[in-house]
Amino acid sequence: MGSKSYAHLSATEDPTWLKFSLIGITLCILTIIVIAPTLLVFYEALRNGFGPFLKTFADPYTQHAIQMTFWVALLAVPINTAFGICLAWTATRYTFPGKKILLALIDLPISVSPVIAGLIFVLLYGLHGWFGPWLMEHHIRIIFAFPGILLATLFVTLPYVARTLIPLMQAQGQAEEEAALTLGANGWQIFWHITLPKIRWGLLFAIILCNARTMGEFGAVSVVSGHIRGITNTIPLHIEILHHEYHTSSAFALASLLAALAIATLIVKSIAETLSLRQQNSSST
Amino acid sequence: MTRQTLPGFHLTLGLSVFYLSFIALLPLLALTFKAGEAGCKALLETLLDPRVLAAFRLSFGLSLLATFFSLTLGLITAWVLVRYDFPGKRWADAVVDLPFALPTAVAGIALTSLYAPQGWFGRYFEMVGIKVAYTPLGIFIALVFISLPFVIRTVQPVIRELPHEIEEAAATLGSRRTQTFIRIILPMLFPSLLIGGLMGFGRALGEYGSVVFIAGNLPFKTEIIPLLIVTKLEQYDYTSAAVLGAAMLLASFLIMLCINFVQQRHATFTFKN
Repeated sequence: MGSKSYAHLSATEDPTWLKFSLIGITLCILTIIVIAPTLLVFYEALRNGFGPFLKTFADPYTQHAIQMTFWVALLAVPINTAFGICLAWTATRYTFPGKKILLALIDLPISVSPVIAGLIFVLLYGLHGWFGPWLMEHHIRIIFAFPGILLATLFVTLPYVARTLIPLMQAQGQAEEEAALTLGANGWQIFWHITLPKIRWGLLFAIILCNARTMGEFGAVSVVSGHIRGITNTIPLHIEILHHEYHTSSAFALASLLAALAIATLIVKSIAETLSLRQQNSSST
Repeated sequence: MTRQTLPGFHLTLGLSVFYLSFIALLPLLALTFKAGEAGCKALLETLLDPRVLAAFRLSFGLSLLATFFSLTLGLITAWVLVRYDFPGKRWADAVVDLPFALPTAVAGIALTSLYAPQGWFGRYFEMVGIKVAYTPLGIFIALVFISLPFVIRTVQPVIRELPHEIEEAAATLGSRRTQTFIRIILPMLFPSLLIGGLMGFGRALGEYGSVVFIAGNLPFKTEIIPLLIVTKLEQYDYTSAAVLGAAMLLASFLIMLCINFVQQRHATFTFKN
């Protein structure tokens, strides 16, 4: 027996040289692929100082794009939150035939190209679409207008609340809800007093995630909006226009707004995860 | 129908079905019908157009390449984030989600600036005579950015759950560390790598925002399928757009089916153990 057998005994550990080089490689991968683009956004936004950064937001078209995004989020987030809770409740509290199809439909927008998310609404409500001629007769504009942007955003962000809540509600089970039922609570009371408090941290995170997605959606909205400046431009679409017109620092100033939102979302995510873990632990003991 | 314990079944199911039909099902049906309306001849003509074929080759080829690249990098990253301790580990782990969270348009202009000839990274590529922005290489980089977190986040929990006993058993039976990794750990990680890779591939295939800025968008050279769909729509060629859209939708469906298949097989596999 020599040193060789010792090497075998510690064989579930990787050798130190390998450890250090793998850690080094990982840090390089993350820095080059993920961190550098994010840092660059803030660097380019503030490169010419704070004055030009603020000047970007004085531009009326920029202001309009921010307002537009704000209005879309104000409608899309509550709608998808309400229906997301409803979907999660249906999918976790009942068994019924066709449940798998329901779950697949909830997942679908994640795996479908954002361009297709826009395309389907154009084919439905556009001038040559199914309802196009009828809408035209009644002077209702959906495509190249606010309703189209809202619909495409709703489609893209549909899964986020439901998908965050489904595993959470599945893990929590429904024993407490059933107990409340035997004590005479009705459905609404059960939801309001039992389920909602149990899922509150998960729900909070889901809403914030849904909001970030809503404000940042580009592909789907780009297809349905028509890029009419001052009318149907959201923040991401306005970033594209500024970039194409070589207003690089303005484009990045506006982009830094969304990047900051993304980072804030990640921070809230880690906090929400810690809190919901703590809640789970305290309820299981 | 089975009896449900909790009240509100009909109300919530009704609302769910209504919303899903209105937002997802009906629009997707419109796409399929519009593509079907084209008829066999027009369908083939659209799909076999040289420009379309070139875009399909580019989209599928680069997505596949980017996925394999992400699988390698993702496996290393996930392994390091689970198995090793180092200062800043929590930060490194949090940063992995950035490509999920960053809006695609923001990622798009950032990557373009990074790899433009004057950019932070682009200037070094320029020195050795490689152009990145506005070439297929640029698209490849954007697709790696998009697909990497899918691989990491799918493989990571599986590495965390790997039973240490198996590695110890292998070691006591005289297996070297490399042997243990290739013969035991890698096969156990294989399903999750496959799922992560498929998810990343599917996402890369449909990606629009982060690619269009860096791509240059030249027909036959750097034009991806999602961009071609947008171009067709801008020319009011709804039928061609619908046909291409339906083809992409079919690809997404197949990828979803594969993921489901692997998940189910994998679930029964672990259950038997």
